[in-house]
Amino acid sequence: MTVQATVRPAAGVRRLRSVRSVLWHVAVTVVVLVLLYPVIWLVSTSFKPADEVLSRLALLPEHATGDNYRQVFGGVAGYSIWQYLGNSLAVSAGAVAGNVLSCSLAAYAFGRLHFRGRGPLFGFMISTIMLPQHVVLIPQYIIFHKLGLVNSFWPLILPKFLATDAFFVFLMVQFVRGLPRELDETATVDGCGPFRTFWYVILPLLRPAVITTSIFTFIWTWNDFFTQLIYLNDPSKFTLPLALQIFVDQSSQSAYGPMFAMSVLALVPIGLFFLAFQRFLVEGVSTSGLKG
Amino acid sequence: MANTALTRPARQVTARPAARSRSRRRGQGAAYVFLSPWIVGATVLTVGPMLASLYLSFTDYDLFDSPRWVGLDNYVRMFTEDDRYWHAVTATLEYVVVSVPLKLGLALAVAMLLNRGRRGTGLYRSAFYAPSLLGASVSVALVWRAMYGDGGVAGRVLGVFGIDVGSMVDQPRYALLTVIALAVWQFGAPMVIFLAGLKQVPKELYEAAALDGAGPVRRFVAVTLPMLSPVLLFNLVLETIHAFQSFTSAFIISSGRGGPSDSTLLYTLYLYQRGFTDFRMGYASAMAWVLLVVVGLITVLLFRGANRWVFYLGEGRR
Repeated sequence: MTVQATVRPAAGVRRLRSVRSVLWHVAVTVVVLVLLYPVIWLVSTSFKPADEVLSRLALLPEHATGDNYRQVFGGVAGYSIWQYLGNSLAVSAGAVAGNVLSCSLAAYAFGRLHFRGRGPLFGFMISTIMLPQHVVLIPQYIIFHKLGLVNSFWPLILPKFLATDAFFVFLMVQFVRGLPRELDETATVDGCGPFRTFWYVILPLLRPAVITTSIFTFIWTWNDFFTQLIYLNDPSKFTLPLALQIFVDQSSQSAYGPMFAMSVLALVPIGLFFLAFQRFLVEGVSTSGLKG
Repeated sequence: MANTALTRPARQVTARPAARSRSRRRGQGAAYVFLSPWIVGATVLTVGPMLASLYLSFTDYDLFDSPRWVGLDNYVRMFTEDDRYWHAVTATLEYVVVSVPLKLGLALAVAMLLNRGRRGTGLYRSAFYAPSLLGASVSVALVWRAMYGDGGVAGRVLGVFGIDVGSMVDQPRYALLTVIALAVWQFGAPMVIFLAGLKQVPKELYEAAALDGAGPVRRFVAVTLPMLSPVLLFNLVLETIHAFQSFTSAFIISSGRGGPSDSTLLYTLYLYQRGFTDFRMGYASAMAWVLLVVVGLITVLLFRGANRWVFYLGEGRR
C-alpha cells in the first residue's frame, strides 16, 4: 500500500486494476439483484392486473394498475386497512416508548449506581437475553387472561415498560459505561441527585443508544407475528401481520394481487426506516454485536 | 463472569474521596427506584412464569379448569407416544443443522467479497443487510410461498434445467427447504458482524503471510479464520439459538399447519398448536422446558468446544 502511494504503477497495471474493480462491482451488483429479487418481484406484482399476476415471471407489469391497492383500501376482512395500520402503529409506538423509558432507567442503575446485589442481578439480566420466550409464554398468557387483558394491546406493550427486552438494557448499559464519569461527578458537586443527574446529564448523552433502541424496537414489533397472533383474536384489534394472514386464509390463489399490495403496505414503514437510518442500523448491528 | 467484572469498580470506589461515597450512599435507594420497572418485570414476567411453566409441565391444564397434577406424564408421552413431537424435533434439527452453516458460510463469503475497501462498500453492505430486516415479516413469508408454490419462480428456474419439482411448498421432500431458504436469505446480519470483525484483523498479518509465500487460500485458513474465530463463535451461538425458535416463516408457508406431512412442523409451531389451538397448556409448557434445556446444553457445548478452535489474540487460549 505505502509503496503504491509513492511509486505510480505502470499504465497497464492501472488498467488491469480498474478492470478488476469494474468486474467486482458487476459481480456484487448481480448478487444484490438476485438477493433482492423477491422484494422487487413483490412490489411489481402488487401493480399487476389479475390476469398478469399468474404469468408471474415478468418483472415489470405490462399494464400497471392500482386496482390491487384500491381493493385493499376498500377494506379487508370487514375493516378498513387504516384500522390495521393504526393498530400496528399503536402497538409499535407503545413498545418503543416502553423500551426507551424502562431500559434507560435500568441501564443507568446497572451502569452507574452502586447497590447491593448489582453483580448477580446484572448477570441474571444478561442471561435473560438468551432465554427462549416460550418458557415464560404460557404463564404470561395465563396472567393476562386472568386480568382480562387478552385481546387488548396491553400484553404487547406492558412488558416493554417493565424492561423485559434485556438486549436493549445491555446495549444501553454498555453506552452508559462509556460516558465520562466526570460529568456525573460535576453534577453531584453541583447538588444534583441521581434523578436529576439521570434526566439532565445521562439521558441527553444517551441519545444514540436511544435512537438505536427505538429503531430496532419499532421494526421488531412492527414485524412481530407470534405474540400478536397469541394475544389478539378480534379482527378489530388486528395488526397488519394478522390482517394479512386472515386475508390470505379467506381468499383464493387468484387474490395474489391484493395480497401483495397489502404486503407492500406492511413493509413500507420498514423500508422508510431502513432508507432513513441504514447507516445507524448497520453500525448498530456491527458494534453491539461485537460487544456482545 | 459478569460478577467479577462488576464488583471491581465497587471496591475501588470505597477508597475514593467523600463526594463519591456520599453519592454512593444516596445512590443505594435511588438505584432500586431506577431499577424498579426491571425488578417488577424480572419477577412477574420472567422468574415467576419460568417457575410456573415448570410446575405446569407436570400438570394437565386447559386454561379453564384448574391444573391437575400428572407427574411426568407429559414428558413420557412426548418422548414415547407422540409421533408429531418427533416430527417436530426432526424438522427442527434439520432446519437448524442445514440453515445455520449455510447462512454463516454465505455471510462469511460475502463479507470477504465486500472487505476490499472499494468504493460503494457501505451501500452494498446496507443492501445485503436489508433482507435481515424484512425477512421476519409475514409479507416476505407470503412472497416465499408464492415463489416456491405452484407456477412460482423457483419451479420455473429449475424447469429450465430440466428439473421438474412442481410446487415445492406442497411436497414433504422440499417444503422445509423453502423455509431454510428464507432463513439463509437473511444472512445480512451475521455478514455485517463478520465485516466488522474482518476490519479488526491487522493488515501486517496478511503482509507477513504474503511475504512468507502464502497464497489466498493459505492466508484465509492461517490468518483470516483464526482471527475471525471469536466473531464466528458469537454468530454461531446467536444464530443457533434463534434458529431453534423460528416460527413465522414455517407458520405462514404452511398456513399454520406445519405440513405437508409435518415436514415444516418446527418445534415452536407445534408448541403453539398444542398450547393455543388444542389448549394443552401443560404439554406445551413441558415442550418449552425441553426446548430451554436443549438450547442451554447446545450453547454450553458450543462454548466448550470453542476452546479448541477459537483464538484470542494476545491471550492465548482462554
